[in-house]
Amino acid sequence: MSDTMHQMHGTGETGAVQPAIELRGIDKRFGAVHANKEIDLKVEKGTIHGIVGENGAGKSTLMSILYGFYQADGGTIHVDGKLCDIKGSEDAIAVGIGMVHQHFMLVETFSVLENVILGVEGGAVLRDGVDRAREELERLEREYSLDIDPDAIVGDLSVGLQQRVEILKALYRGAEILILDEPTGVLTPQEADHLFRILETLKEQGKTVVLITHKLREIMAATDNVSVMRQGAMVAHRKTAETNPEELSEIMVGRKVLLHLEKGEANPAATVLKVDNLCVDNEQGVRKVKNVTFNVRAGEIVGIAGVSGNGQSELLEALGGIRSASEGSVELNGQDVTPGKGVDAAELRRRGVAHVPEDRHRMAMVTAFSAKEAAILGYEDDPAYQKGGLLDWQAISDATAKMMSEFDVRPDNPDLKAANFSGGNQQKLVLAREIMRDPELLLVGQPTRGVDIGAIEFIHKRIVAMRDTGKAVLLVSVELDEIMSLADRILVMCDGAIIGEVPAAQATERVLGLMMAGVDPSEAKAAEGQA
Amino acid sequence: MENFELIILLLDATLRTSTPLILAALAGMFSERSGTINLALEGMMLGGAFSAAAVAFYAGNPWVGLLAAIATTIGLSLLHGFACITHKGNQVVSGMAINILMSGLTALVGIALFAQGGKTPALDKASRFQPITFPGAEAVKDVPIIGPIYFELLSGHNILVYIAFLAVPAAWWVMYRTRFGLRLRAVGENPGAVDTAGIGVVAMRYRAVVCSGILVGMSGAYLSTAQGASFLQDMTAGKGYIALAAMVFGKWRPFPTLAACLLFGFLDAAATRLQGVILPGIGEVPVQLVQALPYVLTVILLAGFIGRAIPPKALGRPYVKER
Repeated sequence: MSDTMHQMHGTGETGAVQPAIELRGIDKRFGAVHANKEIDLKVEKGTIHGIVGENGAGKSTLMSILYGFYQADGGTIHVDGKLCDIKGSEDAIAVGIGMVHQHFMLVETFSVLENVILGVEGGAVLRDGVDRAREELERLEREYSLDIDPDAIVGDLSVGLQQRVEILKALYRGAEILILDEPTGVLTPQEADHLFRILETLKEQGKTVVLITHKLREIMAATDNVSVMRQGAMVAHRKTAETNPEELSEIMVGRKVLLHLEKGEANPAATVLKVDNLCVDNEQGVRKVKNVTFNVRAGEIVGIAGVSGNGQSELLEALGGIRSASEGSVELNGQDVTPGKGVDAAELRRRGVAHVPEDRHRMAMVTAFSAKEAAILGYEDDPAYQKGGLLDWQAISDATAKMMSEFDVRPDNPDLKAANFSGGNQQKLVLAREIMRDPELLLVGQPTRGVDIGAIEFIHKRIVAMRDTGKAVLLVSVELDEIMSLADRILVMCDGAIIGEVPAAQATERVLGLMMAGVDPSEAKAAEGQA
Repeated sequence: MENFELIILLLDATLRTSTPLILAALAGMFSERSGTINLALEGMMLGGAFSAAAVAFYAGNPWVGLLAAIATTIGLSLLHGFACITHKGNQVVSGMAINILMSGLTALVGIALFAQGGKTPALDKASRFQPITFPGAEAVKDVPIIGPIYFELLSGHNILVYIAFLAVPAAWWVMYRTRFGLRLRAVGENPGAVDTAGIGVVAMRYRAVVCSGILVGMSGAYLSTAQGASFLQDMTAGKGYIALAAMVFGKWRPFPTLAACLLFGFLDAAATRLQGVILPGIGEVPVQLVQALPYVLTVILLAGFIGRAIPPKALGRPYVKER
């Protein structure tokens, strides 16, 4: 793909053509947060332009301003050289801007066709416009090879197909400029590749694509030009062919970052966690975890990879004692701890299982609490935190301060409300709470979701350090990069079952991706051989 | 033959008792399909009933009363919308507040105006909706089978009954066959999708609650100027809630909702009919039990025993643009 890129990137240099989008001095504040600082940006017509930056760097805010979701406090927007006043989505649509949101803006109970025509129905009575819409939709599908059944109910489609509906929606509205906000977060690597091929097709047809992501790999693979944002400011513009991931990450973070985690060989010892034939049902009685068997030994990190929603969350919650097992058993150091039969989260914690849940805000902390309250959550009955039957706030403050210095939580103020910390610092506080109990087994889900690159590096190092002191770690993550760099062994889950195991040294994105999509491991490896 | 007549009379009564439920349930459907919980149906119905009776009394014309009822309920709907849509308040609390407010306010204004203990004066014939006799109804009255069906069951109801039954297919058509309906259903499922499609979420939801107000206004007017001849304190007696239950039972869809309303109406009619009737083998039917049936059924239905009702996804959630 990079070969075609070299040929393509010349198109941006035809000077006489007006840029598709030009932003001048865009400024936006949300209260005290300066989300966008005097942003200047030029996107050349007929190119794929990447915008990269850490979470919270202001990328999504900027694009929301361009799409009329928010109004800028200052600055101007020019589309095809013309000054545009974009007050709402309808204005953006009118000047030919279409957006594919990170969280799809689809009505799940509607058909594809109904979703596409929503807002451009072509008449007060639906029947008048529907036949024309169907023809137009079929034309678009042919032109951009976006295969999809117009009468399928959107809620029944896979996320990859739902994303195509979003793209079709934009094209149907005559979008010449397509903005995609973190489009690959929910896709398998293969689906992501397919998406990039679609974007190439769009480019060949003369459309302009703006791709927002925090994944440098995607920037390198798919874009012609790239702009980097850091802390609300636009800090650099590069031609993709003339830069590299190391340089981009350095600009994103503002300092040198190790993209590849340095870690030694694992020295696995005795089995700590033994999961045998475990089945877990959800609230509706649907079996989400199906006959899962594996073990985790002391001194190793076992990673569970899979597309979000394939049972990993339920598995992790069961092992943490939040869900009951329907069948099968779990042993911790030879003792039965099958969740449900008198074994709950509190009991597991007493036995040395620390759990960092996947969803920080929903399960790991109460954001309305102060940092010190958040730092003892789940361990509040520890005698160290008590004095005469009441909470010993001095001891708690001291313990929190210690966690904060040990895990570099900033600002290091135990009285600050948890909600006022950045995502990375919240996560570091949660990890500190769990890891500093010196558990036998650490269960950790999505440890770096919504966390900036600098903090990711730190969190990864701490998890490896924990392994190196001879503890067992079970990691669940939907980020393949994270699994591949952290785990010593990788289990892949698809539709509730473990479809196979790959030693980290032999894991490639392609093999894991195929397994995540349900392809048998031997076939996945054979496919790898051919490639 | 006697049984046949009894059934006809029972069904005839069912149509009359179902009418206010149908109108109110459709009102609830318009509001809830757009994402706004409408627990205020009870209070709005009461407000509509009072306005209709009071104004019809002064004007001597039921149509003027109906318009007054609709104006009142649109006003209450806008109040509900102002709290829930504009100010993103708790929709259940706002609904309950309106119910409590109207229960007190109708009685208060009633006493102030008419000094009859919260009632409005009895309406004369000209101030009420009168039964409409279909052409030829008198002629076929005595024809067996067809006669009673045409004369008793189909003919002889007031205009609001016919409006209620015609409102069901009309609501279906609006909901599923028009641009307005498509957008209304979309805004109750995913307001973000509507917003990004360039349609105003707030305006859309207001239009939905206004539709709701119009329908529930008719329902209120029916109670005091068609079925009854005056407003009585708390005369709705939970019909607003039952309508809401019927709507949930009908899964927020027009025709299943109609079926649920007819079922509730039938039980209501049966309770009245069965008063003092001695059934073979059972003895005298305990009227209280039959009267309680709609309420018991409502509880059972709402507890989710009969199928799982999937509400609109964004129901009860004010629309806030996410950062």
